[in-house]
Amino acid sequence: MEFGFTTAAYVVAAVLFILSLGGLSGQESAKRAVWYGIVGMALAVFATLIGPGAGLWWLSVILVAAGGVIGVYVAKKVEMTEMPQLVAAMHSLVGLAAVFVGFNAHFTMKAVARAQEAGAEVHGTFAELVAHKAPVELNILSVELFLGIFIGAVTFTGSVIAFGKLAGKVTSAAKKLPGGHLLNLTAAVISVLCLIWYVATGGFLPLFIMTLAALFIGYHLIMGIGGADMPVVVSMLNSYSGWAAAAIGFSLGNDLLIVVGALVGSSGAILSYIMCKAMNRSFISVILGGFGGTSGPAMEVEGEQIAIDADGVAGALDEADSIIIVPGYGMAVAQAQQNVAELTRRLRAKGKEVRFAIHPVAGRLPGHMNVLLAEAKVPYDIVLEMDEINDDFPDTDVVIVIGSNDIVNPAAQEDPNSPIAGMPVLEVWKAKQVFVSKRGQGTGYSGIENPLFYKENTRMFYGDAKASLGELLNRIE
Amino acid sequence: MSQEILRGTTNVKIGTPKELAAGENRVAMTPDSAGQLQKLGYECLLERGAGVKAGFADSAYEAAGVMLVDDAQSLWAQADIVAKVQPPTDEEAAGLREGQLLISFFWPATNEALMKEAADKGASVIAMDMVPRISRAQKMDALSSMANIAGYRAVIEAGNNFGRFFTGQVTAAGKVPPAKVLIVGAGVAGLAAIGTATSLGAITYAFDVRPEVAEQVESMGAEFVYLDFEEEQADGSSSGGYASVSSPEFREAQLAKFRELAPEMDIVITTALIPNREAPELWTPDMVESMKRGSVIIDLAAERGGNCKLTVKDEKIVTDNGVTIVGYTDFPSRMATQSSSLYATNIRHMMTDLTPEKNGTVDHNMEDDVIRGATIAHKHDVTWPPPPPKTKAIAAAKPKEKAPELTPEEKRAAEVAAFKAQTRSQVTLLAVGAALLLGVGLVAPASFMQHFIVFVLAVFVGFQVIWNVSHSLHTPLMAVTNAISSIIILGALMQIGSGSFLVILLAALSVFMAGINIFGGFLVTRRMLAMFQKS
Repeated sequence: MEFGFTTAAYVVAAVLFILSLGGLSGQESAKRAVWYGIVGMALAVFATLIGPGAGLWWLSVILVAAGGVIGVYVAKKVEMTEMPQLVAAMHSLVGLAAVFVGFNAHFTMKAVARAQEAGAEVHGTFAELVAHKAPVELNILSVELFLGIFIGAVTFTGSVIAFGKLAGKVTSAAKKLPGGHLLNLTAAVISVLCLIWYVATGGFLPLFIMTLAALFIGYHLIMGIGGADMPVVVSMLNSYSGWAAAAIGFSLGNDLLIVVGALVGSSGAILSYIMCKAMNRSFISVILGGFGGTSGPAMEVEGEQIAIDADGVAGALDEADSIIIVPGYGMAVAQAQQNVAELTRRLRAKGKEVRFAIHPVAGRLPGHMNVLLAEAKVPYDIVLEMDEINDDFPDTDVVIVIGSNDIVNPAAQEDPNSPIAGMPVLEVWKAKQVFVSKRGQGTGYSGIENPLFYKENTRMFYGDAKASLGELLNRIE
Repeated sequence: MSQEILRGTTNVKIGTPKELAAGENRVAMTPDSAGQLQKLGYECLLERGAGVKAGFADSAYEAAGVMLVDDAQSLWAQADIVAKVQPPTDEEAAGLREGQLLISFFWPATNEALMKEAADKGASVIAMDMVPRISRAQKMDALSSMANIAGYRAVIEAGNNFGRFFTGQVTAAGKVPPAKVLIVGAGVAGLAAIGTATSLGAITYAFDVRPEVAEQVESMGAEFVYLDFEEEQADGSSSGGYASVSSPEFREAQLAKFRELAPEMDIVITTALIPNREAPELWTPDMVESMKRGSVIIDLAAERGGNCKLTVKDEKIVTDNGVTIVGYTDFPSRMATQSSSLYATNIRHMMTDLTPEKNGTVDHNMEDDVIRGATIAHKHDVTWPPPPPKTKAIAAAKPKEKAPELTPEEKRAAEVAAFKAQTRSQVTLLAVGAALLLGVGLVAPASFMQHFIVFVLAVFVGFQVIWNVSHSLHTPLMAVTNAISSIIILGALMQIGSGSFLVILLAALSVFMAGINIFGGFLVTRRMLAMFQKS
């Protein structure tokens, strides 16, 4: 049975998806780009329902509708600060779906094989496809669905753990079971052996064992990665969910699945690459977890942290002409973005130049800070990237660091022995005065002492970011 | 200091006589500086009428508490410290006495006899032209403050003798081309001239043998004239920031460049001086000949023979081909009010350094770099030339990789090379990719290859598209890709219609989860994007 209309619709949908991703190059075109994506998805689902997926279509419609209701509810309810968790959670769904679809493909293959032995007719689109395959093609099919299940399973547990870490339900510190990467390696070797076994026998057992191994890898791999590396992890999982879809697409012989899977996979890979580059670390070292080893004793930090109260900060802001705000994950945790935005509005109303400096890995998701500031209605043209603003710090009167630590750590430049040496950082210490809004005297996620806090032009503005900024707002009319 | 020489009051007196040199309008003390000197504890004397030519009336001095003295003789007799502009005349020098301090320009290299005489008399002499060029001494660097005025005035003088506008204009009465000005020598005077010429609207070019000043030149708005010359130039910082003598080859290259520029230039201002030497000849007679009628040359080096040998010192001449050459040496004196107040301030700063206690007594500290450097006679000794200062004038410039002006051929060659390298790497990648594809194609069946090609192309498109996504949209990008990765629903939809209950159950679950994802993902993205707004 051929579905000419479906194929045509798939081509259109693929083009729409490409346009959708391409449209994200600018804020304005992005709004249109989402519609491309929505229309593309609707078209793809519709074309499948009236074509190859016509069987039990009423059930499909009901299930999609039910899922849709939940999806809409979650999307409406979620706070912008919870965005990283949400994205991670949704990745896990895709991963699990890929595992199920892979299993189904396996069951269908078995069913077809039995039916052919019995000389019976087979029913269903995929079954018919399988029935026409030569033995070599069936072997390739086995490998494809095996891969799909493997990647899907890794994505599933990985995303669940990432969700847990981002939501604070699992400790964000890097934890490894005794044995460390040897366990991952063992699981991977078991999976490879299962693949050989599976291709040779076609039994369900190797598939099942591999699934367990893959689930373990996903769990253990992400458990071993610290909270600060989450942006890389989330985009990596995003990439995996794409590759899983592509692998399933191969086994089902569905080109649209392949195309979209490849698009998503490469997009996630590029994002991971960009994140890693921003931290001056290799992808491998992020995946293997923890920060790289140090080559010598860390530089001694001299001086002391000097605290300041809201009156002092307000006074300095009153005299300053140019102000740069550097937000970090701490702002997201304290939900302080509304206060930050209000502060920005008041300072701008007084004719002061206020800008935001965003480090590429600030927060727990690529572009996390941009989304939070946008939610609080900070105009996006005063929100600048590190490369755009780093040269402006020496001419800046006041820098306010809100809940960031490692991304403003001068040790990255000054101390060759520092674990973050060489990582590009925002050079806030070059400004005339720096205020650091911080909960207490602890270190950042990387656990490194930050010499910035001890610099002569730095004052510590201790307290919960939301509360301290609120206090500050009372003093700035 | 020596108590016996104090007459009248007990205060140490600083006196300023009338300048005797012809055409000298400046005065070494202004009412303002007198006020400051009194704060240091000194009493101020002035010869009646000394400030008139500089625009400072006697009454203004009196109001500032300066005691007016009727004639030079009694002033020299009463003053313990004499501050003046020009070096002392022979008569003045003869009147110096034991313990007296003279502060003025002195030019010790050309006035050695005078210096000897002053030393013999036991007087101390501080030569304002010998103040070392270190940052601490900038406030008393009278050469710089005078050069600044000379540079400004040179442009004004040039404009006075030039028949056109400096700035280009398009008027109803026709189009006026802008004047082209070449400044040779980018010292203080040269830089001041550049600033003045550019602010008047002229197209300004500047040349200096020290390539490290190119940055300063460009910061003032002029274009630096580079030579096509390979030789490593002596770093100006080793000679206290002054230019030194250049090699004959360099000179040739430089003259060739000037010959090329001469016909285009409307105004040429030469300021090239090398310390303690005759001014180098930079603007030869044949260059003057090649200039347009009506052009103007201002030779600020006229005092020392001129950068142009046709220059006549202290005169303005017009050559046969109608080029005006101005050889005045008294540019600062032509703006006597301005130059007097700057010079008087330099003197006042010198006195501040000589009076660390602010108690009206001079502490002639020969250990101090600045005071030692400027003092040329002290306690019967000639103390010139001074030993090299302990502080270097200017931090030695790092040997800068000045990107040499690439010739068009070199530029093209570089471009071609870059293009070739890029092509090579792309072709290599393509070849490796193609070989891999072929390898897969040899073993895999055609039905697989069909999908595989789609896959490879999609990955390629993905890479091309995603690089353009702006950083601030990475979160929406992830939400969108997450939403569209629920395309996995297609697989589930195709399976849900099959016969087996287990398959239906798993497929149904997948459809349900993907459904959540599709709606959740797209909605969240829309929510995020709706928030982005311009100010």
